[in-house]
Amino acid sequence: MDTQWETYEVFHQSRKGEPHEYVGSVHAPDPQMALQMARDQFARRLRCVSLWVVRSKDVTMTDYQDENFFAQVTDKSYRDPKAFEAPEKDGH
Amino acid sequence: MLPEKSPEQHLADFEARVARGDKVEPGDWMPEDYRKNLIRMMGQHAHSEIVGQLPEGKWIPYAPGFRRKLTLVAKVQDEAGHGQLLYRAAETLGKSREDMMEELLSGKAKYANVFNYPTPTWADVGVIGWLVDTAAVINQSMLAQSSYGPYGRAMKRICYEEAFHIKQGYDIVATLAKGTPEQRKMAQDSINRWWYPTLMMSGPPDTLSVHSQQALKWRIKTKSNEQVRQEFVDLIVPQIRALGFEVPDKDCRYDEKSGHYQYTQPDWDELKRVINGDGPCNKERLDSRRKTHEDGRWVREALAAKGKKASQPVA
Repeated sequence: MDTQWETYEVFHQSRKGEPHEYVGSVHAPDPQMALQMARDQFARRLRCVSLWVVRSKDVTMTDYQDENFFAQVTDKSYRDPKAFEAPEKDGH
Repeated sequence: MLPEKSPEQHLADFEARVARGDKVEPGDWMPEDYRKNLIRMMGQHAHSEIVGQLPEGKWIPYAPGFRRKLTLVAKVQDEAGHGQLLYRAAETLGKSREDMMEELLSGKAKYANVFNYPTPTWADVGVIGWLVDTAAVINQSMLAQSSYGPYGRAMKRICYEEAFHIKQGYDIVATLAKGTPEQRKMAQDSINRWWYPTLMMSGPPDTLSVHSQQALKWRIKTKSNEQVRQEFVDLIVPQIRALGFEVPDKDCRYDEKSGHYQYTQPDWDELKRVINGDGPCNKERLDSRRKTHEDGRWVREALAAKGKKASQPVA
């Protein structure tokens, strides 16, 4: 049949200064149509100033089953601000 | 490298993870029946959104006034969008949208019973938005907690939009409630026709369904059909009565002891017949869907000429 187009992952920015956030995917025959589909699917109500579309095939991702990839073998608490004392205040 | 897990160990780990509320993402190990059950549920759900455009869509040219017409167009467009969101969520499990559409058009796939009933009056547009979508949102907020990540994410987006559907439906019925005796009668008649089909939407008692028990165990859904139905009845009965309408069930009353409304069970044989293709409008709905699919073929072919490399969404 004729409807099995590529999929594109969609990123949505609600206003300048905010990050683009992942919102989902669309089917489309090319990137320009993907932007139009993404507008109809994800920006027909809420405010949107920018959309990105990326071919699903072009996303390189980690494997959920490879738990070692994120394993923290040593204590990483020295990277965390909460691991340190806050400065004293002098009461003024 | 860790040693390979046995299938039994995989299953035990999976069930433990799901039981403590962890989510499952595409690419995670999952039991084959979990995948199959999800593809079936999400496919049926997507088809319901697509077919759900038809009973109301037919009223777009006749909507009373420009604002009501715009609102109804927006609602029907939402249903199309919801169908597409759900097809893509299901595709993350490896079944293509094309295959799912083919199953809908060939009559093999099932979809919600409720869209196989006719909409002879304008009041039906209001009652579908108010009753049917209230029942749908109760079910869908429950599914937003689903153990399968892509399903939950799609549901959260859909629930937000359904809130608008309920309000516009209620607004139509509340307007009729303040209208002429004929308008009130039209609304009551519509409530009478939709009451039992809407009760059936959440499905037969779970004890009758193997799929349902498995879906509960693996937290594909987090509430039983009976719980979802009771929540709907408890919410909607006071609303119906507050507008001065009657619930078409003589035995529907508030039970002080349980804190719930009692109600008469719908006819489960009717549900079975309608789901399996023998409802009042099944043929009309599928014929209409097939015609639209054919009428749109040239557009899809023109677009497909630009690029044709199927792929599957990542999340």
